[in-house]
Amino acid sequence: MKYYLLIPFLPLAGFLLNILLGRRLFRSQAHWPSTLAVFGSLVVAVMVLMDVLHGKTLNHDLYRWIISDKFQVSVGFLIDQLTAVMLIVVTSVSFLVHVYSIGYMHDDPGYYRFFAYLSLFTFSMLMLVMANNFLQLYFGWEAVGLCSYLLIGFWYEKKSASDAGKKAFIVNRFGDFGFGLGVIMIFLTLGTLHYIPVFDKINTLTGQTINILGLHVNLVTLIALLLFCGAVGKSAQIPLHVWLPDAMEGPTPVSALIHAATMVTAGVFMVARCNPIFNLSHTAMNVVAVVGGVTALFAATIALVQNDIKRVIAYSTISQLGYMFLACGVGAYGAGIFHLYTHAYFKALLFLCAGSVMHAMAGELDMQKMGGLKKYMPVTYWTMLIASLSISGIPGLAGFFSKDEILFRAYASGGVGRFVWVLGTAAAILTAFYSFRLIFVTFHGEFRGTEEQRHHLHESPKVMTVPLVLLCIGAVAAGWVGVPPLLGGSEHFAHFLEPVVGLPHAKEVSHAEEWMTMGISVAVALAGILIAAVFYLKNPAIPRRLAERFPFLYRLLWNKYYVDELYDYIVVRPALGIANNIIVKFTDGAIIEGIVNGVPAFIGWLGAQMRKVQDGVVEHYASIMAVGIFVLLAIGMIFLI
Amino acid sequence: MNMPDLQPLMPEIVFLGLALFVLLAELFIKSKETIGLMVIVSVAATAYMIPQSFGVTFSGMFISDGYSSFFKFIFLLNLILTILISIQYIQIERAEFGEYYTVLMFSTLGMMIMASAGDLIVLYLGLELMALSTYILAGFIRHDARSTESALKYFLLGAFSSAILLYGIMLLYGLTGTTDIMKLSSLLMKNGMRLQSIFAIVMVMVAFGFKIALVPFHMWAPDVYEGAPTSITAFMSVGPKAAGFAVIGRVFLTGLEGFSADWRLLLVVLSIATMAVGNIIAIQQHNLKRMLAYSSIAHAGYAVLGVIAGNTEGLSATMNYLLIYAFMNIGAFSVLVLLRNEQERIETLEQIKGLARNHPFASALMLIFMFSLTGIPPTAGFVGKFFLFRALVYSGYTWLAVVAVVFSAISAYFYLRVVMYMYMYEPEEGVTQDISTAAPLGLALLITSLMVIAIGIYPEPFVNFARLVVG
Repeated sequence: MKYYLLIPFLPLAGFLLNILLGRRLFRSQAHWPSTLAVFGSLVVAVMVLMDVLHGKTLNHDLYRWIISDKFQVSVGFLIDQLTAVMLIVVTSVSFLVHVYSIGYMHDDPGYYRFFAYLSLFTFSMLMLVMANNFLQLYFGWEAVGLCSYLLIGFWYEKKSASDAGKKAFIVNRFGDFGFGLGVIMIFLTLGTLHYIPVFDKINTLTGQTINILGLHVNLVTLIALLLFCGAVGKSAQIPLHVWLPDAMEGPTPVSALIHAATMVTAGVFMVARCNPIFNLSHTAMNVVAVVGGVTALFAATIALVQNDIKRVIAYSTISQLGYMFLACGVGAYGAGIFHLYTHAYFKALLFLCAGSVMHAMAGELDMQKMGGLKKYMPVTYWTMLIASLSISGIPGLAGFFSKDEILFRAYASGGVGRFVWVLGTAAAILTAFYSFRLIFVTFHGEFRGTEEQRHHLHESPKVMTVPLVLLCIGAVAAGWVGVPPLLGGSEHFAHFLEPVVGLPHAKEVSHAEEWMTMGISVAVALAGILIAAVFYLKNPAIPRRLAERFPFLYRLLWNKYYVDELYDYIVVRPALGIANNIIVKFTDGAIIEGIVNGVPAFIGWLGAQMRKVQDGVVEHYASIMAVGIFVLLAIGMIFLI
Repeated sequence: MNMPDLQPLMPEIVFLGLALFVLLAELFIKSKETIGLMVIVSVAATAYMIPQSFGVTFSGMFISDGYSSFFKFIFLLNLILTILISIQYIQIERAEFGEYYTVLMFSTLGMMIMASAGDLIVLYLGLELMALSTYILAGFIRHDARSTESALKYFLLGAFSSAILLYGIMLLYGLTGTTDIMKLSSLLMKNGMRLQSIFAIVMVMVAFGFKIALVPFHMWAPDVYEGAPTSITAFMSVGPKAAGFAVIGRVFLTGLEGFSADWRLLLVVLSIATMAVGNIIAIQQHNLKRMLAYSSIAHAGYAVLGVIAGNTEGLSATMNYLLIYAFMNIGAFSVLVLLRNEQERIETLEQIKGLARNHPFASALMLIFMFSLTGIPPTAGFVGKFFLFRALVYSGYTWLAVVAVVFSAISAYFYLRVVMYMYMYEPEEGVTQDISTAAPLGLALLITSLMVIAIGIYPEPFVNFARLVVG
C-alpha cells in the first residue's frame, strides 16, 4: 500500500513546479501541473479506498523527524476508514474545483500563483487527514490556515480582500491557541503524540483533575475542550464564526473548496478522529452538541435576510457545520462524517453555481439585482436547484439521508440530544427557506440588473459546467451509501466507519418514533420551500411587509446579531488601543525602540570601537591575540588554581 | 626492522600521489574542467579507501578511526564543493593559475592528517601543511591588492599562532616527556604541576582557537575572508575550521580529559565572546562576504558548545553541526559566486535589492541558506542547533544554551535582512544583476540546497551517523 504516499506528494510536486516555474514556463498553462497532480491523487485515493474496503488499514511511520528522549515526532500516515472517506472527499472536490478554475480564473494575472496555492492547499489538507500523530495534524492544520489566508487575500490589491484574509487568520489564532494547548496537554499527560497510544492510554486519565487557579478541572474534559477550541475556530462555530462570511472575498472556487467542502470541515474530522477522548467526557460532548445545535440555528437565521449570494451560502455552511458538530456531540460521529461527505458535494456545487452566476453577471453579488436567470443559464439553474433540494433534505437526495440521520440520532440519544434535535429541526425549515429564497430571487421573476448586464448574460463555458454536472451527481447520489434500515437500506456508511468511530449509544427507539422524526424533517423541508415560494414567487410584497412589521428583528438579522460590532468593541478596539497606546508608545517606543535604537547605537559605538580595533593593521591584531592569551591565563590563575 | 603498517595511512598516501599527478597533469592539460574532474575522481578514490583503512600505526602517532573518517568526509566534501564553485569563478577573477587545484588538495591533505593525528608533532605537521596551503590560496588573485593583503595578514598571524602552539606543545612535552596525545592526561595528573599544566592548556587552546576563529583570536578572519577569492573563502570557512574541531575533540576530550573542568571553563568564556562578537558585528555589515565572515565566527561559537558539553553526545552534535554547516555555508557562498559576473562583484546588500524579481531561483536558494543559518525549521540549521543545545542542556549547561538561543535570535536580524533586501525592494538602478550560468556551480548549489532541506526533513540518519562514529 506504499503508493498511498503519492496522494499528498503529487500535489506538493504540483505546487513546487508551479511556484518555481509557473510564472516563466507555464503562464496560461499553469493549470496542468496542479490539475494533473490532484487527478493522480484522486486515482490513488480511490485505490486506497478499495484497499480499505477490503479491510486493509495502515499505520505507518515514514520516518522519525525528531527524537529527543520521550519527545519523538514522526512523519507518519494513518489510513483507516475515516481517512479513506476524507481522502475521497478532498481529492474529488479538489479535482473538480481545479477544473472549474481553469475557466473561472483564466486571464487572471496571478493564474500560476492561484494554482500553486490550490496545490499547496490540497497537499496540506491531505497531510492533515492522513496524519497519525497530533503534531503532523497540527502542521496540516496550520498549513491549511496559511493557504486559506493566501487565497482569501488572493486579490490582495483589494483592501477588503486583504482585510478578510487577516481577519480569518487572526480569528483562527484564538481557536488554534487552545488547540495547541490541547496538543501540549496530551503530550504532558500521556508522553506521546501518536494517535494509537494516546487513544489507548487516554482511559488512564479518567477522574484525574488538574488545578487551575484553585479550580479542580477534569483533565480529559479540559483536553477535549481545548481541542474543540481549535475546531470552533477552523470550522467557524459560535463564537468564532465571524471570519467565514468575510472569507468570501476570495475567488469563488476557493470558497467552494476551502471554505465549504474541505478545510472548514477539518474541525469535524478532528473531533471524530479524537472520539476516544471526547467519549470520556460528558461535559465536553454536551458542549460540542450545544455549540453545534445553536450555531446551526443561529447561522440559518442570518442567512434568511442576506442579499449577497455568496454570504447566504457562507452562513449556510456555518449552519451545516453546526449540524455536523451536533451529531458528534451526541456520539453519532458516523452521522457527522456522513453529513460532512454529502455536504462537501452539494455545498461545493452551490458555490460553484454562485460563481457561474457571478461570471455571467460580471462579478455582481447582490441577488436583488439578478432575477430570471433561469433561461440564460439553464445548466447552472438546474444544478443549483438540485443542490438546494439536496441541502433542504428532500427525500432521495444526498442531504436528506445525512441530515435525517443526524436528527434521528440526536433525538434517539435523549437528554441534551432532544434539545439539539429541536434546534436542528428548526434550522432545517430555515435552511429550506433561505436556499429557495436564493433560487427564486436569482433565477425566477424578471431580470433586475442593468441593460449592459443583461446583454452580457451567458451560460458558463463547458470547463465550468461539466464540474457542476459531476458535482450534481454527488449531490444526488452521495447519500445512497447510507440509506437507513427503515427505508430498506443497511447503513453501509455507518458500518464502514464503525471500526474508527463506533456506533452511537441510542436509547430504545420505536419504529414509530423513527418514522416521526423522518416525517418531521421532510415536512419542515417542504414547508420551508413552500413558504419561500409564497414569499418570493407568489407575493413578493410579504417579505418587505414582514421587515417593516418587525424592524428590530430584521435589523438584528441583517446586521448578523451585531457580533462583528460586538467583537470590534470588546476585542478589536481594546487590542488596538493597547497596541497604539501601550505597545507602540511605551513598549515599542520606550522599551523596544530604546533597545533597538539603543543597542544598535551602542553596537554602533561598539562597532566603531571595534572597527578601530579591526583596522587592518596586523600588529594590532597580534597584540589583541596577546591580550587574549593573558586574559585566559588570568582566568586560569584566578579560578582554576 | 619491521615495516610499519601503512594500511591506516593509505588514503593519505593515495591522495598525495594523486595530488602530485594532478600537479603534473596541469602542465599538459589546459582545460580547467578536466583538471577539476580529475580532482573529483581523486577525492572519490580517496573517500572509497577511508572506510577500509581503520587502524593505528607508527606507534600510535597516526590513528584512522570512525572519528577521523567523519571529518575526512567533511574535508573531501568541502574540496568537491569548492572545486565545483571554482571552475568558472577563477576564470572570471583571472586567477586560473595551474596550482590552484593542487594547492587545494594539499590543504585538504593537511586537514586529513590533522584529523588522524595521535601525536602532537603529527598534528603540527598536518596543521602547517593545511595552513601554508591556505595562505597561498587566499592570495591567489595576484593582481588584486585586497587578496594579496589578506594572504599576508593570514600568514603573519598564522605564524604567530603556530609559534604559540609549538610553545604549548613544548610545555606539554616538558611536563610529561611525551607528545602522545593519549598519554598526556594521566602523565599530567601524575606529575601534579597544575599551574604549568594550565599554562600549557591555554597555549594549545589559543592556537586551536585561532584556527577556528574564536574571539579574540578571530581578528584575521573578517579581513582574510573578505579579501580572499570567494571560492577560497567558502573553502576556508569550512575546512580548516572542521580540522580545528577535529583536533580540539581529540586533544581536549581524550588527551586532556583529566582537565575537563578547567578547559571547559575557558571554552565557555571563549564561546560566549565568540557568539557575541560574531553576531553583533555581523549586524553592522553591509558587505555580504564580510557578514558571512562574522557569521562563520559566530557559528564556531555554537559548534564549540558541543565540546563544552564534554561527552560523546555533545561531540557528535558538534560533528553533525559541522557537516550541516559545511552545506549551508558553502551554499551561501556559492550564491555569492553565482552573483559574480564579468562586470562587477555583487557583494553588498544594496546590490542585491530586488534580486527576487530578476532571479527568483537564486533568491530562493539564498533564502533557504539564510533560514538554515538562522536555524529555522525545516532546514538543516535547525536540526544542528537543536542537537547542540540539547546536548548542552543534558550536561547541565542550561543557562549557556539559553545564551546561545538568544544570540541565535539576534542572528535572525542580519540573515533575514538579506531575504528582505532580495524580496521587498525594487532593484537598484544601474546594477547589473547578471548571474553565472556555470553548470558545475549549479550542481554545487543543487547539492547544498537539497542537503540542507533533506537533513532538515529527515535528520535521523545523519544524527545517527555522527553518534555512531563517536560512540
